Amino acid sequence: MIKIQDICKTFTVGLHTVKAVDHADCHVKKGQVVVIIGPSGSGKSTLLRCVNRLETIDSGQIIVDGTRITGKKVNINKIRAEVGMVFQSFNLFPHKTVRENINLAQIKVRKRSRAEADKKTDYLLEKVGIPEKADVYPAQLSGGQQQRVAIARALAMDPKIMLFDEPTSALDPEMVGEVLEVMLTLAKEGMTMLLVSHEMGFAREVADSVIMMDHGRIIEVGDPEHFFQNPTEARTKLFLSQIL
Amino acid sequence: MAPEAKKKIFWYSCLALILFLSGWGLSTMTSRINYQWYWNRVPQYFFFTGVTEHFPANKGVARVKKIDATHSSVELEYENGDVDHFKVLTDTLGVTDGGDVLETDIIGSTTGLNRGILITGLLTTLEISTYASLLGLFIGLFAGLGRISQNPMIKGLSTIYIEIIRGTPLLVQIFIFYFFIGSIMEFDRFFAGFMALGIFAGAYVAEIIRAGIQSINPGQMEAARSVGMNYVQAMIFIILPQALKRILPPLAGQFISLIKDSSLVSVIAITDLTKAGREVITSTFATFEIWFTVAGMYLVLTFSLSMLVRYIERRFSISD
Repeated sequence: MIKIQDICKTFTVGLHTVKAVDHADCHVKKGQVVVIIGPSGSGKSTLLRCVNRLETIDSGQIIVDGTRITGKKVNINKIRAEVGMVFQSFNLFPHKTVRENINLAQIKVRKRSRAEADKKTDYLLEKVGIPEKADVYPAQLSGGQQQRVAIARALAMDPKIMLFDEPTSALDPEMVGEVLEVMLTLAKEGMTMLLVSHEMGFAREVADSVIMMDHGRIIEVGDPEHFFQNPTEARTKLFLSQIL
Repeated sequence: MAPEAKKKIFWYSCLALILFLSGWGLSTMTSRINYQWYWNRVPQYFFFTGVTEHFPANKGVARVKKIDATHSSVELEYENGDVDHFKVLTDTLGVTDGGDVLETDIIGSTTGLNRGILITGLLTTLEISTYASLLGLFIGLFAGLGRISQNPMIKGLSTIYIEIIRGTPLLVQIFIFYFFIGSIMEFDRFFAGFMALGIFAGAYVAEIIRAGIQSINPGQMEAARSVGMNYVQAMIFIILPQALKRILPPLAGQFISLIKDSSLVSVIAITDLTKAGREVITSTFATFEIWFTVAGMYLVLTFSLSMLVRYIERRFSISD
């Protein structure tokens, strides 16, 4: 479903050039859940953002559902409609109600009628457990509720793949559970998911594989048990000892 | 009484005292130069009662009928079969019942309230500022978007436009527009004035819009793009509505400035409020009264606008 082949990405900040992603390779099959872990600044968010081209890459290629998205003639809007994205800071549209947030792209991008969009929105709000919040503005919701709306907004496009960029990092501890629960349901329904997260409990339960990144490189890949039992790299051991 | 309230009353009293002293100072200063105030000369330039004479459109026959103590109705049947109706003062009747009427005959007159030159000037100022604001908003939107464009040509054009307009005096721009561009393109003076003002305002509006767009969290654009919206859709539905809410106060300030700046078009002989004031002064010599009146009328316009914007701001704050 997602093939990341030998990609590189550098950022230039003033006079410094930072290699954010350094020759990364990774493969996510249909229905798989892959979790990327690593210390801050290791390039894991950048890698994720490359998959729907929020970042452009310098070299290598990315193939999403059979389409080489790094090509020049690709209609990126069409690809993005098939790839849901959930951000660390939710990024809900503050001037629109929850319903409008979820309806908007359905109507403007998927060209659904108002009634169809409403139906889908009601179904999704039910699914993420906040059907009663349809007509409030995002500012009136808790962080956990906002993130669940953001997930519903992404799901409304019927994506084939979901990307999560540290979806629980900006939440109060007591709200992490409600968001993880929604993600768990999704994973069990067979959604292809690539996520950056340090929720190792979640990884252990649903992840098919875990990727450890450091300094832009993928340094270790394995199933969750491998990471819990006997990670090989010293850097991975150190990192895990700090977050677990 | 609570000490807080006491303090407030004290400072309000101070404010009233300062206002009173300023007024008193002004009046003593004018009395020292022996200025005669003729405020009674001002109102006639707002509205005055005048006589209007009515003429027939063609040759015809008149039918006169008395309708009340002072007025009569005149029905004119023209030679070509058309019929016209007039209502005039009986004392001023120039036609008789059943009599023939020529084009040059006066049918009669009426008295009524006519618009004075100050009101006409006010309306011209309002009209030219409104058109110029709309033009400024339109230009500013595109120039503002151009300033943050990735395309060097679009960015360059917008930057050059903004720098030229902001770097030269409005008065000079109005002269250039009227005498140079206006002569080549054969603009009338009103059109030249409104274009100059609109293009001037556009440069400032562009910078306000650019700042507004850049103040919106980049995450909003990313979120909009990540659900498949294209750049234009993301701008229209997500970024601009949020930016507009934020830039409303500076934008209102710009339009208030525009109303005031519109007084400069009086130099190309557009009878706006300022020019109307000057014309009244030449026939009344009530210099102080007229300028105070004109200032007051500008204040009415600008204050109404800022009240309107405050109301809109309150309406917009629902989603906060």
